[in-house]
Amino acid sequence: MGLDIMHGNDPIAERVKAIIADQALIDPADLTPDSRLADLGVDSLGLVECIFGIEEAFGISVPFNANTPGQSGFDISSVGAIIAEVEKLVARQAA
Amino acid sequence: MTRVVITGAGTLNPLGADLPGTFAALRDGRCAIGPLTCRDVDRLSIQVGAEIRGFAPEDHFPKTRLSLLDRFSQIALVSARQALAQSGLVLDDTLGLRAGVVLGTAGGGNTTVDDNYRAVYEEGKNRVHPFVVPRLMHNAAASHVAMEFGLKGPSFTTSTACASANHAMGQAFQLVRAGAADVMLTGGSEAMLCFGGIKAWEGLRVMARDTCRPFSRDRAGMVQGEGGAVFVFEGLEHARARGATILAEVAGFGMSSDAGDIVMPDLDGPVRAMRAALSDAGLPPDAVDYVNAHGTGTTANDRTEAQALHIVLGERAAQVPVSSTKSMHGHLIGGTSAVELLACLMALQDGIIAPTVNYTEPDPEIALDVVPNIARSAHVSVVMSNAFAFGGMNAVLVLKRHG
Repeated sequence: MGLDIMHGNDPIAERVKAIIADQALIDPADLTPDSRLADLGVDSLGLVECIFGIEEAFGISVPFNANTPGQSGFDISSVGAIIAEVEKLVARQAA
Repeated sequence: MTRVVITGAGTLNPLGADLPGTFAALRDGRCAIGPLTCRDVDRLSIQVGAEIRGFAPEDHFPKTRLSLLDRFSQIALVSARQALAQSGLVLDDTLGLRAGVVLGTAGGGNTTVDDNYRAVYEEGKNRVHPFVVPRLMHNAAASHVAMEFGLKGPSFTTSTACASANHAMGQAFQLVRAGAADVMLTGGSEAMLCFGGIKAWEGLRVMARDTCRPFSRDRAGMVQGEGGAVFVFEGLEHARARGATILAEVAGFGMSSDAGDIVMPDLDGPVRAMRAALSDAGLPPDAVDYVNAHGTGTTANDRTEAQALHIVLGERAAQVPVSSTKSMHGHLIGGTSAVELLACLMALQDGIIAPTVNYTEPDPEIALDVVPNIARSAHVSVVMSNAFAFGGMNAVLVLKRHG
């Protein structure tokens, strides 16, 4: 688990990568943990679509407010950070 | 004041996916009304409508963009592309500042509303897609047209039920005429052939269960359709300077309000709107060669409209061809007068008057030449296009042959 998203056997990471790659119109394999959404061409609308896709995919609620993305308590600074946040939310839900 | 001409037209409607296809269907008197295919159609008591068949949105828009486009916006964009291509206009940064867009719609993103109400109410979901608001807003279609072509001048949406597109085109006409813009894209679109959209209309008990037969004695009401059309309105000198082909001149526009009943048509309001449009065009009633009627196929509309035409046209009323193309493409609500303006263009350009189809027997209370069932050749120089909306808001355009 964790940030080791280069392993293809982490289903959460793979799913999150697929959602982001779908918005960025690139192959999920081209994403790295350091990839930043803005650098991938994902704009603010693309970001909220990613959040929506993640919520639908994992049945979770992501605390994200587009007005104050920095204070949302959900780190969107990179692909790796997003995966880590999703893993936390999924674990919390399972607990 | 600047004279205003039409230099481009585009459409996506039940009769055709472009101008030539639509003209051919209008000429042939083809009726596009058929069984509805929307979800839960078995729970509707009205199961007929005029749908656009064979339109694949993904052939026209990339996937990421489609998530922002309700069907009424898709229809407007596809129509606008055709219209601009025909006009030959090159919208550079300078012209973009002098160009705008006014589109009509009654329901806006009605299908988006329907889908998402279903998700939260019926399916019990507590989350909707993030773009529900930008998809459903009534100005979405106009905004997307402005964005695609860089139209940075006056731009907005009109929403006056069944007269929305005529009000839109009237505003576009006045903006170019007054010098507020050199070029306006204008028309309208509608896409409410979804369960909720049709169910709401059912409630009024004005819908036909089989087909639309305007002015025919056995008419049974209106039939809904979907679709739209967009035109390029341009100053005459602007069009001439670039050697554009001119399809017709927009001669006059008139509007009025009944200030009477919210759904029942009035006689005085439509009469005043038609007279205002002719007066604006500087033309006498005798000049009118063809009327594209509002002609919904309801008893209330058809009889009132016939009386109003007799008051406006006088003794000639029974001789002037008056047709309702809603008999073919259905009632496209907020987009309908844009598609009906195509029939007006065909009359001016090709000298062919589109018929009122599904006509079986005369109504003694309607003494009009309704061009029954078969298109007619005629020399047409002046046309009048009527739109009389619920809410008593009337909008009438007059077009003239150019040259």
